[in-house]
Amino acid sequence: MSAGNDGEEIEVTNEPLVEAPADTVAGEVVLRLTDVVKTFPGVRALDGVQLEVRAGEVHCLLGQNGAGKSTLIKVLAGVHRPDSGEVVWRGEPAAFANPQAAMRAGIATIYQELDLVEDLSVAENAFLGHEPRRLGFVRRGHMARRTRQILARLGHPEIPPGRLVRHLPAAGKQIVSMARALSHEARLIIMDEPSAVLAHDEVGNLFRIIRELTAQGIAVIYISHRLEEIREIGDRVTVLKDGRTTAANLPARDTPTRDLVSRMTGRTIEYVFPDRPADDPAGAELLRVEGLTRHGEFADVSLDVRAGEIVGIAGLVGSGRSELLETIYGARRAQAGTVRMGGRTLRPGSVGAAVRAGMGMAPEERKSQALLLGEPIYRNVTLATFGRYARLGFTDAGRERAAADRIAASLELRPRDVRRPVRTLSGGNQQKVVVGRWLLGDTRLLLLDEPTRGVDVGARAELYQVIRELAARGVGVLLVSSEVPEVLGLADRVLVMREGRVVREAPAGELDENTVLDLVMAGSLMEGAPA
Amino acid sequence: MSDMTPTAAPERAADLPAQSPPVDPAETAKADAGARLSWWRGDGGEGAKRNLGLLATLVVLVVIGILTRPDLYGDASWVWGNTLTILKLASVVGVVTVGMTFVIIGGGIDLSVGAIVALAGVWCTTVATQSYGAGGMIFSALTVGLAVGVVNGLLISYGRLVPFIATLAMMVAARGLAAEISDKQTQVSNDSFINGIATVKLLGIPLLVYILAAVVAAGWVLLNRTTFGRRTVAVGGNPEAARLAGINVRRHTVLLYALSGLCCGIAAIMLTAQATSAQAAMANLYELDAIAAAIIGGTLLSGGRGTIIGSLLGVIIFSTITNLFAINGLSTEAQNMVKGGIIVAAVLVQQVQFRSLSQFLTRNRATTT
Repeated sequence: MSAGNDGEEIEVTNEPLVEAPADTVAGEVVLRLTDVVKTFPGVRALDGVQLEVRAGEVHCLLGQNGAGKSTLIKVLAGVHRPDSGEVVWRGEPAAFANPQAAMRAGIATIYQELDLVEDLSVAENAFLGHEPRRLGFVRRGHMARRTRQILARLGHPEIPPGRLVRHLPAAGKQIVSMARALSHEARLIIMDEPSAVLAHDEVGNLFRIIRELTAQGIAVIYISHRLEEIREIGDRVTVLKDGRTTAANLPARDTPTRDLVSRMTGRTIEYVFPDRPADDPAGAELLRVEGLTRHGEFADVSLDVRAGEIVGIAGLVGSGRSELLETIYGARRAQAGTVRMGGRTLRPGSVGAAVRAGMGMAPEERKSQALLLGEPIYRNVTLATFGRYARLGFTDAGRERAAADRIAASLELRPRDVRRPVRTLSGGNQQKVVVGRWLLGDTRLLLLDEPTRGVDVGARAELYQVIRELAARGVGVLLVSSEVPEVLGLADRVLVMREGRVVREAPAGELDENTVLDLVMAGSLMEGAPA
Repeated sequence: MSDMTPTAAPERAADLPAQSPPVDPAETAKADAGARLSWWRGDGGEGAKRNLGLLATLVVLVVIGILTRPDLYGDASWVWGNTLTILKLASVVGVVTVGMTFVIIGGGIDLSVGAIVALAGVWCTTVATQSYGAGGMIFSALTVGLAVGVVNGLLISYGRLVPFIATLAMMVAARGLAAEISDKQTQVSNDSFINGIATVKLLGIPLLVYILAAVVAAGWVLLNRTTFGRRTVAVGGNPEAARLAGINVRRHTVLLYALSGLCCGIAAIMLTAQATSAQAAMANLYELDAIAAAIIGGTLLSGGRGTIIGSLLGVIIFSTITNLFAINGLSTEAQNMVKGGIIVAAVLVQQVQFRSLSQFLTRNRATTT
């Protein structure tokens, strides 16, 4: 009877739930979920979730993409109502009819894609929907004052309440989201991958804020794919797999990584990168960029990628790396400099020319830049190549589906039915669709912008494997990532960017994480220093 | 799903890591059945379900007709004749709506369609044009429609004007030009071939209905079976994703408005034939009828989704309402109020009822398999 689950039954982890070893956290239990089930047409998204959150703790939620984390958040936030099971909030059974009800009860959610209104001010966003008012008029002064208090409490008194949210950087927007949560007197704040939009140094600031919140007795549910973050900020961990709790209340600091990963995936995988081939694989020069410049973004960048080579660009958000990639691809027009593919100069500002020359790009923002969310998977996979399957302009859905099917099989896409809308896939699987798009056709150079953002450990390893195998077949790869270990582990050669300039270029083996981090941060230039 | 054998170039990168997981034969059978079921409705089951709702609306309207005028509906030959009247009534707006549907799915809007019909109609009935005979008249109507559409498209895609503004300006300008050319006079068409288009019947069915059927069929194929249609959905659904996938979004936008203009050219010939004349005020408010029909038919105003069949049903629903009022001897004023209500009701019904109905259906299917 139980449809769904998509036929995956590699059960290694049917061990009993691990209970909290000792009272590492003193607070009372504020939230308890027992056997929560939520089904959607054809999918059992939650299939018996247990969760216990105490006041003043940071409770981490771990799970692969598609494990049910997002659905669980939405149940807690009042977006979905569970089909069965019990949600006890502060001692009383709770069923939130809508997000407002959850907010009023004191549960605030900060989504990965921040839900702020860009053209309203900081204060208006913080109090959106419950503006303090008198006789129907918003008390703007009062609202600004309270916003200023909350921002001070968050350690950011420098953000002006009147500033438009549009003009804030990503980290500032996140602060505004948290201010909104505090404006509701939230007792539980759910953070869905809050660090994904932040640069390295901003994460430390986020953690400081979280510690201050928990010190005030506020509980935090923290979702992240980065294990090192969970170790640093988390108190306890609950692991989900296929909509079930496979482990509850593990101590965040001393549970071995291997244990966590095996409970998430049902198999033991390390956070590993595929081996580099023994001999130098790189072939003829594929891409040559010379003196590429866009004022205010990057200046005088020269680089080359050879066939079969993976070149990584390390740099912080705002170092110009994404803009550089988009300019090489023709999505932005360079003000100076040339891009040559296989010796031929590409027309600047023309994506079509780049694609015809054999380039493909997986952009930074999957949903807004790469996918037709309502369209079937196969149409997203063939978005750049459907013309090749067509005869005289007539598309051939059968051949497209067959091709997409092979891509889905080789990338282990879940679910595998390529006629499902892409909307129903988890982040990691959506990324596979975007990368898979360029495996069709004759892509010779693949530009990857943050290919593993929001992708879980298991799917990451798969993606790394795919990228390495592409290179082994002679495809050149230019990779941008804000995770230094990813660049160092995957690339053959690394360029380090800071403030729009390449400050170091070296084979990946000659650099280590600390060196790159030093280079990436301003003021500590160590050019030519031994690695 | 039948043609599983890959051919030549495009797939050569496809067979990546060699191990492909074993395929459950039952799964494959199910997928095949799904593919067979969905061949006629493109790939989205949602569109088909919406269209069933529109058909139900149409049935309700006919039942109202039967209840209010049982005397007329008792006569089989009257029913047949009335059906043809409704289709004939739908034919001109229907052709315009097909073009409009493409524009809206592509993320735009064309407010100038009525004005283009008028301009094309006036242009093809000037004394000078009529001297070239029926061929010259048809050629000029189609060319004028196409050209105005191209101008719209160029203004929007390369001039970066908002579609609403660009076509609003064109609406005013084209009507003005039509009035200028015709000197605000009604221009009578003296060409018997052109006038015959509105009166000739084949197998008892008016030629106008055949033209509508041909345009709808061509539009359906274009949207669901060609790269042009695929690009339209991509450009309307997520222009940035389309651009980064290498689709020339600007060029395609120009083509969409050109297509809409061409449809207006065809409609201009049909309308001129019906009236045996053309004037600057003809096809008044057709843009609203066409947009309303497309929206009722389930085309998303924000782009990326819509069906030709839905739009056709939308047009037919409107002309059935008009007919309903005519056979009951009611005023056009009351009719317009009802039309407005129908637009709101149809959209509401689609949003609430059919979403939950389709959820109900899919859930039942999911639990029974």
